[in-house]
Order: sequence, then structure tokens, then C-alpha cells
Amino acid sequence: MKPTYGTIAVKSAMLVIAALLLFAPFLFQDIRALEVAARICIFIVLVASYDLLIGYTGIVSFAHTMFFGFGAYGSAIALKQMGPGWESVALGTLAGVALSLIVATAIGLISLRVKAIFFAMITLAAASVVLVLASQLSQITGGEDGITYRTPDLFKTATKLAVDEDGKVLRWFGVKLNGKLAAYYFVFVTSLVLFLVMLRITVSPLGTVLKAIRENEARAEAIGYRVVAYRTFVFCLSAVVASLAGSVYAVWLKYTGPDTALSFAIMIDILLMVVIGGMGTMWGAVIGASLMVMAQYYLRDLMGAASEATAALPLLPELLAPDRWLFWLGIIFILLVYFFPRGIAGTLMARGQRA
Amino acid sequence: MMNKVSETLGRLGGVNLLPLALAAVAFVLIGAPSSWVTLTVAGLSMGMMVFLMASGLSLVFGLMDVLNFGHSAFISFGAFVAATVLAALSTWLDGGWMLASAALALALLAAIAFGLAAGLFFETVIIRPVYRDHLRQILITMGALIVSEQIILAVWGGTPVSVPRPAFLEGAWIVGDVSMEIYRLFAVGLGAAVFVGLMVLLNRTRIGLLIRAGVENREMVEALGFKINRLFIGVFMLGSALAALGGAMWAGYETLITPALGGEMMIVVFIVVIIGGLGSIEGTLLGAIIVGLTANYIGYLAPKLALASNMILMMAILMWRPSGLRPAVK
Repeated sequence: MKPTYGTIAVKSAMLVIAALLLFAPFLFQDIRALEVAARICIFIVLVASYDLLIGYTGIVSFAHTMFFGFGAYGSAIALKQMGPGWESVALGTLAGVALSLIVATAIGLISLRVKAIFFAMITLAAASVVLVLASQLSQITGGEDGITYRTPDLFKTATKLAVDEDGKVLRWFGVKLNGKLAAYYFVFVTSLVLFLVMLRITVSPLGTVLKAIRENEARAEAIGYRVVAYRTFVFCLSAVVASLAGSVYAVWLKYTGPDTALSFAIMIDILLMVVIGGMGTMWGAVIGASLMVMAQYYLRDLMGAASEATAALPLLPELLAPDRWLFWLGIIFILLVYFFPRGIAGTLMARGQRA
Repeated sequence: MMNKVSETLGRLGGVNLLPLALAAVAFVLIGAPSSWVTLTVAGLSMGMMVFLMASGLSLVFGLMDVLNFGHSAFISFGAFVAATVLAALSTWLDGGWMLASAALALALLAAIAFGLAAGLFFETVIIRPVYRDHLRQILITMGALIVSEQIILAVWGGTPVSVPRPAFLEGAWIVGDVSMEIYRLFAVGLGAAVFVGLMVLLNRTRIGLLIRAGVENREMVEALGFKINRLFIGVFMLGSALAALGGAMWAGYETLITPALGGEMMIVVFIVVIIGGLGSIEGTLLGAIIVGLTANYIGYLAPKLALASNMILMMAILMWRPSGLRPAVK
């Protein structure tokens, strides 16, 4: 098949985003930009794993942050209790993945037989129970305050990866080769690997079966695929990936709390990213996550200015206040679902095909 | 032998006996009759308020096959509208029971009116374009929920709002050593009245006949020349108004409300409709009472389990009956 004009546009956007993320520490030399770049990496993985569910298989789950949280809290609790070492990271990650697998299998087997709507409700209920549990079991999880901990020495800002003759941190193009850089590339590389694995899965025969289930469940069953088994499998798979992403994020942030790893706000972010980027294509996850995270960090500043400019008008300043940015995103979200259900990536890729 | 037992149980009411069984088990476990009565009344009143919120959701699903994830927005709006009206009429609340009950009635009516209007808007603007497309329905109604929550935050702010309530609903009614909060009894009465009203509407009127026929076979009702779309709008508005009423009652019960109220109640509402079986009013009532009773009994017997109790209850019932206790015939 000849690549279309739209597909080329999307793929070149991918290359640009990948390049920007790869060289982020050198291109944008301030702490906040690096924070944004790392968050984009993590959310690309998280959104892509959610897209495996919603876009490729047609399962709507509201428990995705729960798995993300399992991973994050697994690492965080292990690092806090056992001290900052690689074995705590490994053990915590494994524990998070194991817990995610067990819970995902249980939810999947019990409720993936039922309608999409039932499943959405059940996952929503499960996720909210876990959120409440996390804030109640404060001896283990730190409650609302969360947990702060130290990560392996390699990732300390004071760690010198390379030194010059004077024993100071070596600089490359003005960037200090310190532990912060190592931590960023740890995030980048694990995210890249996880993303590529998911990309490989979507083009494998398994991916085709998943799409068949999404398009016509009864027919897939009639051809001889066990729909419940496939659904449960993909639910577990995406849970494991989300959990791994959570562990990486916990190592990067050195802090884990309900707001960064479990809250329903993250679930809404993921939903917005998937829909804005485009469901049913891995590229959509990349575009959605990049745009949304940028918006989260930089749009608010803009809205603050707009709110001050309209201070004389009724209600408008309240709606334009930086805290109300979700209001506008919600409206954009609804309009997108109406008019461009395939999101940015899907719409672009379809445009070329028609021409 | 087993057959005989289940036959007898079925004749006595089948799954309808569950709340009674629950109450009986709790009576033995709690031991003290007076606390048992208090807890049972509390459970019933919570169940009735949740029933108000959940019935609309269930009805809309049964008739239109639409699950509105934005339903909790109506609950929140109902609560805040009622709180605003009550606060505006706070002088009435102190001026004798006539004025106080007028203020209460106005507050509840304001919530209902708001629910009707918001329901009309929601149905025609948000949901109409995505009938029969579950995935987009979930997404769109979720988007609408986000927007509504932000509107509530923008209008009422993020700080808790206190809800004044009429003096005659304050305090408790004490019989012997049993004390029952009057507001709870009021909630039970109102919930029961709404339930009876809905049953009469559905089973004894022509509109109810059409609604039930629409649940069974929508195409046939359309083919016979009835405008089912209008019926949909009516049912949706009714459901939203009931949610707003439930929210208003809940606001009076909690007396201090935050914008998170709708989201918190939504989880309970979902659990109730899943347990009861989507689409049936009797099922919703049954589910609501079971959830209300369990929450209160467990809260007394084993407070640490209270959080997970609803979830465990739902899992257990789904394993036993995958489509709920009393699903609508489809």
C-alpha cells in the first residue's frame, strides 16, 4: 500500500516528537522543560496501553490509573521500606505488576462477559475503592500526603557521570552530565521500549484478532476465537504496561501520592489524550499525550492572562481561571467525539486515503 | 428437597426477601435491639435517597439503552440548587413550620425544575446524536460530566457549602430507648412516595404502558405510530429530575456539601443499579435498600470493612446473578 499524504504527515510528526524527546535535556535547558518531557514519555506509554483497550479492542475501562498506581506505589513502598537500591526498584515493580495481573484477571474474568457499559461501571467502582483504600491505609501508603523517598544513587542530581580534569561535572553542549540526566534517559529508554513492544503487538496476528473483536464480537466468536479469553488477556497486558509505567514514574518523581498516581483526574487526562490523539492508532497516543501534557503545563499560564484581561465581565473570568482549564478541554473533548471520533492522528491518516 | 426450599422461597418473594434476611442476620450479630432499629432506619433512609438518584439512571437505560455517565452532574446540581434556595429563604426557615415547609418545598421544587430543564438540554444536545453507540455514549457523557463539574466549581466555588434545614426536620424521635432522626424518616417517606408514584405511572397509565412497550420492543411501538422520541425526552427529563431531587435530599442529610458530592454518590448509584439489574425500578429499589442497609450495618459492626463492603457485595451478587437481581425483561 502506498503511504498516503496524511500518513506521512503523522509519521513525520512522530519523528519530530521522538527527536525532541531524545534531545530534550540539551534543547530545553531548564528543570521544568525536563519535567514536561519526562511526563510526556510516561504518558505516551500509559495512553498507548489504554488505547490497546479502548481503541483496538473496544473495552472501556476506568481502572487504568488503578494499575498505574499499583506500579507507582509498589516502587515507592519498596524504596521507602528497603532503602534506595536497585533491588528495591525491581522488587517493587514486580510486586506492582503481580498485583495488577491478579486484579486485572479477577475483574476480567468476572465482568468481561457483560456489556461494555457494565464493564465501565464495574471498573469505575473498583478504581474508586482502591483510591479510598490508598488514602485510608496511611501507615503503608502515606495517605493523602503520599510518600517521599530516595532513588538509587545513580539518579541523584549530585552524582557525576563524567568529570573533567578539575574533578567537576563534565558538560556537553552546556548540559551537566549528572544523575538527573541519567534519570531522564532511564525514563526515555524504558518508555521507548514499552512503546515499541506495544506497537509490535498491534501489528501482530493478536492485534488483528483484537480489531476483529472490536468490529464484530459475535462474528469473531463464530470464527472460533474465544472472545472472553482475548479480552481478558489484553486487559491484563495493558494493566501490566500501565503498572510498569507507574513504577518508572515513581522512580523519576521521587514522590508518590494519590494526586500523582491514583486520582480520577489522571484517568480523565488519559481519556482526553486518547480521544484527542485518536483511538485505534498508537501514533494517536503519542500526539495526544504530547499535546495534553504541554497544554497542562503551558496553557494555564495563558488562561491566567486571559482571566485577568476579562476581569470586568461576569462569570467569564471564573471560567477562564487557570483552574478551570478542564472546562474548555471537556468542551473540546465533546466536540471531538462528535465530529472527529478518530482524533487528530486518525483524521489526518484518513484524509490522505480519500484523496 | 432443595427444589422444595427454593420453590417456597420463590413463592414468598424470592430475591425480595434479601433485605429481610440481611436485617435478620444483622439483628443477631448486633444484639442490641435499639441500635438495630436506629441502624435499620438509617440504612432505609440512605437506601431511599440513593433510590431517588439511581431510579432515573436505570429507567433511562431500560428504555433508551443509554447509560448516562453524566448522571451524577444532576445529583450535584440538585444539591447545590436546593442549598442555594434554602440559604436564600433562611428567614422563612425560622418562621414557624408553615413557612419552613414552604421553603423546603420550594427548594425541592427548584431542584426538580432544574433537573427537568437540564435533562431536556442534555438529551437533545448531548445524547441524541450518539444513540446506539455505547463507546461514544460513554465518552460524550463523561465529557459532559467534566464540563458540568467545572461549571459547579466556577459558580459555587470549591469550598464546602452549608445547607440549612427546617427546624421541624431537626432532632430525633425517641420511643423508649430507640432514637430515630426525623430527617431520615422524612427521606424514607418521600422515597416510598416516589416509588409508589413511579409504579403507578408505569403500570396504571397509558404513558407507562407505552414506556414498558418501548422497553420491550422499540421498533414495534414506533411502527404503531407513537412518537417514541418524545417519550424518550420525557423519561430522560423525569430521570434527571429524580436525580436532582435525590441530590437535594442528600444535601439536607449531609448539611455540608462539596462539589465532589456527585462523584462520590455516583459510585454508590452504579453499584445499586448493577446489583438491582439495569432497567427495572423494583430492582433499583431492592439494590438501593440492600446497599443502604449493608453500609450501615457494616459501618457499625466492622468499620474498617465499610469501604470495601459495597464492592464485595456487588462482586458476590454478580457472581450469583450476572445481570443483577431483577433485570428488566429484554
